Amino acid sequence: MSMPLLTASDLVGGYRPGLPILHGAGIQVSAGEFVALIGPNGAGKSTLMKAIAGIVPIWSGQVELAGRVVTNTPPHRLAEAELAFVPQTNNVFTSLTIDENLRLGAAALSRGQAGQALARSYEAFPDLTRFRNVPARALSGGQRQMLAVARALLTSPKLLMLDEPSAGLSPLMVSDVFSRLKALVHDGVAILMVEQNVKAAFSVADRAYVLTEGRNRLDGTPEHLSAMDEIVELYLGGGGRKH
Amino acid sequence: MLFQVLADGILTGSIIALGAIGLTLTMSVLRFPNFAHAELITFGAYIALAVLGLTGAFMGPLAPLSFGLPLILATVVAMAATAVLALLIDRLVYRKLRARSKKMTVVFGSFGVSLLVRMSILLVFGGAATYYSTALQRAIRVGGLFRVMPDQVFTLGLTIIIVVGLHLFLKFTRLGLAMRAYAENPQLVGIYGYDSERVLRWTWIIGAALAALAGVLYGLTVQIRPEIGFHLLLPLFAAAIMGGVGNVHGAVLGGLIVGLAESLSIYLIPPGYKMAVPFLLLLLILYLRPTGLFGSAKGAVR
Amino acid sequence: MTGILLYLVFFLIVTLIYSIVVMGLNLQWGYTGLFNAGVVAFYAIGAYGTAVLMGPDRSTLIGGFGLPFPIALIGGMAAAGLGALIVGLAALRLRDDYLAIATFGIAISVQLVALNFEGLTGGAQGLIGLPRPLFSMFDSPNGFNLFYLGFVACMAALVYLALQTALGSPWGRLLKAVREDETAAASLGKNPAMVRLQAFVLGCTLMGLAGGLYVGFIGFVSPLDFLPILTFQIWAMLIVGGSGNTKGAFVGAFAVWGLWSVSGMAVSKLLPVQFQSQGGAIQTMLIGLLIVLTLLFRPRGLIGESETISRHAN
Ligand SMILES: Nc1ncnc2c1ncn2[C@@H]1O[C@H](COP(=O)(O)OP(=O)(O)OP(=O)(O)O)[C@@H](O)[C@H]1O
Ligand SMILES: [Mg+2]
Repeated sequence: MSMPLLTASDLVGGYRPGLPILHGAGIQVSAGEFVALIGPNGAGKSTLMKAIAGIVPIWSGQVELAGRVVTNTPPHRLAEAELAFVPQTNNVFTSLTIDENLRLGAAALSRGQAGQALARSYEAFPDLTRFRNVPARALSGGQRQMLAVARALLTSPKLLMLDEPSAGLSPLMVSDVFSRLKALVHDGVAILMVEQNVKAAFSVADRAYVLTEGRNRLDGTPEHLSAMDEIVELYLGGGGRKH
Repeated sequence: MLFQVLADGILTGSIIALGAIGLTLTMSVLRFPNFAHAELITFGAYIALAVLGLTGAFMGPLAPLSFGLPLILATVVAMAATAVLALLIDRLVYRKLRARSKKMTVVFGSFGVSLLVRMSILLVFGGAATYYSTALQRAIRVGGLFRVMPDQVFTLGLTIIIVVGLHLFLKFTRLGLAMRAYAENPQLVGIYGYDSERVLRWTWIIGAALAALAGVLYGLTVQIRPEIGFHLLLPLFAAAIMGGVGNVHGAVLGGLIVGLAESLSIYLIPPGYKMAVPFLLLLLILYLRPTGLFGSAKGAVR
Repeated sequence: MTGILLYLVFFLIVTLIYSIVVMGLNLQWGYTGLFNAGVVAFYAIGAYGTAVLMGPDRSTLIGGFGLPFPIALIGGMAAAGLGALIVGLAALRLRDDYLAIATFGIAISVQLVALNFEGLTGGAQGLIGLPRPLFSMFDSPNGFNLFYLGFVACMAALVYLALQTALGSPWGRLLKAVREDETAAASLGKNPAMVRLQAFVLGCTLMGLAGGLYVGFIGFVSPLDFLPILTFQIWAMLIVGGSGNTKGAFVGAFAVWGLWSVSGMAVSKLLPVQFQSQGGAIQTMLIGLLIVLTLLFRPRGLIGESETISRHAN
């Protein structure tokens, strides 16, 4: 692996002053690497992503992106720094049409670039073309997720952060989304992804982090982690978690 | 008689509509009813008056209107000055109060601000009613049914132009899209890569400029007093809520309905109660169709 | 008694009456987070309601029921509560900010009715010559004033104790729950909109009570006693005393009404006649400034506030 693209270290932060959710969590993603983030509900996975994305304030610790310190940088500046983020919920504007969502998502680009990016996007997601003038509230959950990912890719990010992109998708859709993500990684995009289905995550990721109670619990390659009793019991064990 | 009443209602309604557009926009994007919007209207009217006093009527009116280029120039200055005032108020007061956990704190603050601005205007300009021009206009007779002032027709036309313009702006420009997006989900705007501070800034600028314009037009067709904004505020809120908060076309229709209801009310209640008509409409709409006549989706700008 | 003392009695009566209004507002804003932009309307409804019910029969007027003061007072309170119910039902099911707009509307409408409905309210002149409770028992107006001071003090104390009891009861805890976390309160099976409506109506009823007490004191009503500025003054009293703190109502009413009266005297004594109206504007600006600065820099009030609310206000 090459030099780290994203290094978040010792992050402490949260939503309300005095009530930290992150207690020193950290994460590293190299260029072109596919990293999964797993952990129980409420562990702070989404919060960690939001902290990196500049939405949840970081009280101590540091985030470095492509060699620049970007701790607590407003999210639109991070977009310029080629980081794209798809939140877990409410990740598209339902009162805007698909086309409007994409046009707004390409706002950081020049007009010419934006036009090309939109064309590429419609090419990659033909389903969206059909609905381009439909308000996003009329889309199904899977279509919304697709729009959210398409939007994030408009700016050709170096690092894509996805919070449970497979949530609510049918198994067929999940494998479609995952193969698309693998293709992106193949093209050199680094991905950091939260995923509840640990088996599925391990099947695509190069590395994974396990987060509990706002702290790093374990990390390593899927092979390495799959061999650990704790992981097998809690996340891979026969029917331990439904998904 | 009835036709005259209807015509008057539509013309008053177009001023209400113009003010309500700005209000509905700021109310949905900034997510609070800004009671100091009234004072932005008044401030705009008086700044135009002051500029007119400085430049003088160095050119005659553009017939058949009662005003000429100087007032148009003064209006532009007033719109800019009012936008600056709104940005200043936001920076000094609202920004801090918006962050409070008690949601209505910023509404509370807007009342305090409104008092400060209104009294400042009173101190500087005095309390007497004034006019932009004392020149008499010749009314236009329409088919022997009713008469209208050219200025009123101008106001109606301008309202229509602004609504169309704003519609195109919200639909086709990035800033317009971002404003609609912000009304739905402020946080996501930044994630989409758009500077949300910019959205706030331009919402204030546009809302304030429209308020100032409404103030000048009200001053042109009625009169200029320190209370004009205060008196317009309830009709504006009624129009905005009736049209569905955030719905620009709805605000216009709401404005026309309020204007018509006010002028038709003379058939039902003594004229002294005219100012209560918007309140009754408001109660009616809150009881019967709380999302507005067009059932706007919550928090959406259209 | 010297002039100063006489004035002090008058001042204290008005202060205590206003402190009852502030306590009503505190229940709404301080404890429930409801914004009432029409305080003066409910105060006026209480005052006019009381006046109409207890006033002597007059051929030109609708009212004149000649009821005893306590009953008229209760009638005035009920009228204010009814007004609150109409507005609250319309707005509170919806969004918090609609209550602010609707109460702003009722303030304007009540003022119009007071000015225009001459058959009921006496119009611009108002209703004069209303009987004052037990007035004939005293040889001088001063004696009555002293008595009334005691009476109003008792009423204010009663309201204070009743509010403290209510806030300490399960209902008070419910209010707190609704304010701090509406969804959690809803999941307890309580309808938050209902709880908020109760607090709103109760608060407005107290404002109506204060209005009735004012009429009993001065013996007439006129639209001039119910100008929109009163709403701002009451707010200023509330936040100076610290919202969410019932005791602060007394301090806030005393401080703000004191400031207003002193600045009013200064304006009328010191400013030449032609600048009097400017002086009034400056007085009003002081109130606006007090509100804005307190909200910005001392959100817990100038005097301080009890710990019940401090966790939530920041
Ligand atoms: N907007 C918020 N305001 C306050 N607290 C929050 C907010 N969002 C999350 N939390 C709290 O932060 C903690 C971590 O939540 P987070 O969403 O990061 O967990 P997660 O690991 O993503 O869980 P899940 O697997 O369910 O998505 C939880 O205790 C949650 O209650
Ligand atoms: Mg999550």
